Amino acid sequence: MPARPFRADTNQEASGDDVSSQRPIASTLRLIDVRRGFGAMMAVDGVSLDIQPGELVSLLGPSGCGKTTMLRMLAGFLPPTAGRIEMDGQTISSPGMTVPPERRQMSMIFQSYAVWPNMTVAENVAFGLKLRSMSRATIAKKVRDMLELVKLAELADRYPGELSGGQQQRVALARAMVIQPRVLLLDEPLSNLDAALREEMRFEIRRLHDAFRFTTVYVTHDQSEAMVTSDRIAVMKNGRIEQIDRPYSIYNEPKTRFVAEFIGRTNLITGTVAPDEIVFNGFAIRKALFGAGRLTNTNGTITFSLRPQSIEIRSTPPNSSDGQVSVTGALIQRTYLGDSWDYLVQPAGGDAALRISAPPAQMLEVGVPVWLRIDPRQMAAVE
Amino acid sequence: MMPAHDIRPVSTAAWLRGSLLWKALAVLTVALLLFLVANPILRIVITSFQDPADGSLVLENYAIAFGSVRSLRAFANSILYGVGVTALAIIVALPMAWAVSRTDMPCKGLVRGVVLGAFITPSYLGAVGWILLAGPNAGWLNQVWMGLTGSSSGIINIFSFSGLVFVTTLYSFPYIFVFASDSLDLLSSEMEDAANILGAGTLRTSLKVTLPLILPAISAGAIITFLDTIALFGTPAIIALPARINVMTLQLWQFFEFPVRVEAAAAYSIPLIAITCLLFGLQRLVLGRRGYVALTGKTSQRRLIVTGRWRWALLGYCLLICSLAVFLPFAALSQAAFSTAWGKGLSWTNFTLHNFAYVLFEHPSSAQTIANTFFYAASAATLAVALGLTIAYILNRKLVPFGGALAMLAMTPFVIPGIVLAVGFYIAYTSPPLSLYGTAAILVLAYTARFLPVAFANSVAALRSINPEMEEAVRILGGSRVTALTKVLGPLLKKSLAGSWILVLIPAMRELSTAIFLVSPNTRVLPVMLLDLSEDGNFEAMAALGVILLVTTVLIVAISYRLLGRDIILKRS
Repeated sequence: MPARPFRADTNQEASGDDVSSQRPIASTLRLIDVRRGFGAMMAVDGVSLDIQPGELVSLLGPSGCGKTTMLRMLAGFLPPTAGRIEMDGQTISSPGMTVPPERRQMSMIFQSYAVWPNMTVAENVAFGLKLRSMSRATIAKKVRDMLELVKLAELADRYPGELSGGQQQRVALARAMVIQPRVLLLDEPLSNLDAALREEMRFEIRRLHDAFRFTTVYVTHDQSEAMVTSDRIAVMKNGRIEQIDRPYSIYNEPKTRFVAEFIGRTNLITGTVAPDEIVFNGFAIRKALFGAGRLTNTNGTITFSLRPQSIEIRSTPPNSSDGQVSVTGALIQRTYLGDSWDYLVQPAGGDAALRISAPPAQMLEVGVPVWLRIDPRQMAAVE
Repeated sequence: MMPAHDIRPVSTAAWLRGSLLWKALAVLTVALLLFLVANPILRIVITSFQDPADGSLVLENYAIAFGSVRSLRAFANSILYGVGVTALAIIVALPMAWAVSRTDMPCKGLVRGVVLGAFITPSYLGAVGWILLAGPNAGWLNQVWMGLTGSSSGIINIFSFSGLVFVTTLYSFPYIFVFASDSLDLLSSEMEDAANILGAGTLRTSLKVTLPLILPAISAGAIITFLDTIALFGTPAIIALPARINVMTLQLWQFFEFPVRVEAAAAYSIPLIAITCLLFGLQRLVLGRRGYVALTGKTSQRRLIVTGRWRWALLGYCLLICSLAVFLPFAALSQAAFSTAWGKGLSWTNFTLHNFAYVLFEHPSSAQTIANTFFYAASAATLAVALGLTIAYILNRKLVPFGGALAMLAMTPFVIPGIVLAVGFYIAYTSPPLSLYGTAAILVLAYTARFLPVAFANSVAALRSINPEMEEAVRILGGSRVTALTKVLGPLLKKSLAGSWILVLIPAMRELSTAIFLVSPNTRVLPVMLLDLSEDGNFEAMAALGVILLVTTVLIVAISYRLLGRDIILKRS
């Protein structure tokens, strides 16, 4: 299977138009201080973002953070109240003028899938192609190839009512991708699937993205979904982007408390800056151990995010210090989660407990003294 | 066709309001609504204050309308009539609804079917059936009584106030039945289980838990029954008129007899409108408070109450009501339809098909009348569905800024008694500048206005059931709003639109109170002809015509059940 099976047809489709025949199949998107209010409430409150051709960016945040409103503005269903959106340098959304959705050459996958129940699988997928007045043979071939790709070839003549949720999801994907959109938009596409299927479809979406490389904006509230699928994740809160970064950085170098807590579980610990160390509740860490240039705040207090997975727990004292910090404490609570142990440890002399994640084989009893090893380089200072 | 380069922006405001086409459609819709609903009602109010001679504002019309003992008496009678029917309907319907929904009584399907039969029977037809059954002395039941006891006179006289209430109830109780059984069906039996487990018996549970929970539904049904009764024209015309009992609708009708006093009629309509608005306001208040019965959508896991030997008593009761409402009057009507003279009883010498031949072929205008009836009803159904869907769509997609007002206007005929709406149409459209009197158009338009709320409410529900994302998916793939309508929304709505069409067609075919003011010799419809035949005492021909109307209605209902599913009719809407 070629990596980008439909690319060859692009020029033929756009023949007779110099500008569009030269444009890349995937577009750039630029959001410039986009705002959208509903009455007094600002759903999107100044979002600026550049998306590269072929990039998959997810908008991640709790419900009500403005991510869906943002997506609907990208699709053209909603005009912004301020700011503008550009596609390949052309303004497509602004408060005064907007390109209607049907002229944006985008496609979208909806939360409800919106697979039309009155058409068969093949008719659903062919719909966008028919609107583009392609020949019958071209349409048939494209539909067949696409259904092959999403593993629905045998179900081409079924009606959506006869399909499972996961299969309907694939129809929606096929229908959206077969027209080779300039931008692909996904609105919580997996939220209506059961857990196992959701897991599977995450990888499927990433696989298809690697095959086609459409410029993609993916809206979700599920952080693990965003981690698997995205090139970059934009974490949103109250209509603003808190942080935009690669999944690795979002997880390991969260810039704000909100991001640190929203992406995975974490310990937020606040320390007071002393001349050469930072004093936490129950222990202190020498400044030098944090690595050069990582401590910007030189006085007052600093809050760090420390992942439970970054802390090592032992039932015996460590023998040497190798750039890591050793903290003694008592195990005060434990929970078994199946794939890991969740321990709560109270550092000696402190009153704030730390959460530690340990492999299942490492079973410790509540009440025993434990030693924690913390790598200061894995602590991220947050605002 | 969407050229690849065509991504010119359009002004947001223009795009939001839709293209010129949509704007034009919205304007047309508003104009039609003003024409069909607002103008007739407005004209009633204005006319009621107008001097017939010079058009100046006066209160005289009200003095004429309410200045006589006769018209005040009619007013009081109507209220009494409405209260009587409502109370009796509740007493009749509640045990039936409970038996059908909550107990293990046998033959539930039959009972539901017969209630549906009573529901679709025009009550004026039932009234004629009951004249044949309980007319003084000659009625069948009286004949049987006299035969059995040797008495020289019958015991029931249908031409009385109690007779009027009795007959009307037989065709009004289905409202209460539907409301009550619907909410009983929706009521989780866990509610009752919870009471049982705490030690309450069946009777106690039914009275203390079940009844209060369905009370809002019953009161809603009761309000509709009351309003429907006081606005009824056919049954009073057939039973109360010969009995010399006057009610509001008959009084309204008399204002149109020579000399026509339209202004007095308008003034006399105002209290009817006022009562209706008041009661519907009250109903909103009742339904607004407390969680209505749709407490849970879950209807599974229902436990039926085991009634043991009592189940036969329940069935007997249900069958008694069924007999009174459907079996007996239909039998009497059928007998009359196939008899040379209905009073001669069942015998071969009395059997004839001539009544059908007469109403179908020999009567000078009846073939025309039958054709008119179907044509007008079908036209009105089509218009009402088209208009209702358009308004619902405009509302659903927020295409105009004043959607709420549009919806209110579309629902207004629901709270305006049919007979009042007809008076409004008469005032608004039978005199210059727009004189439609005597045309088919005025009937079709009046029917459309009358049944617009049914079509509109159905369209709103149907559109609401379709996720807007279905349409957005079309748009983002490059299709216009029109493409979305024709390729996706249309096919998805087909079934419910056909359902709404039928729901308008059936009542429009039997609509009497609207027609009676607006027909002319050339535009007569079946219900009016039925009334004329019954006034002439030609019960055989009248019965034959009634049988034709009933059989057609039943056929239409049966076919639509077959094609559209059972939940189309007899569901609360």
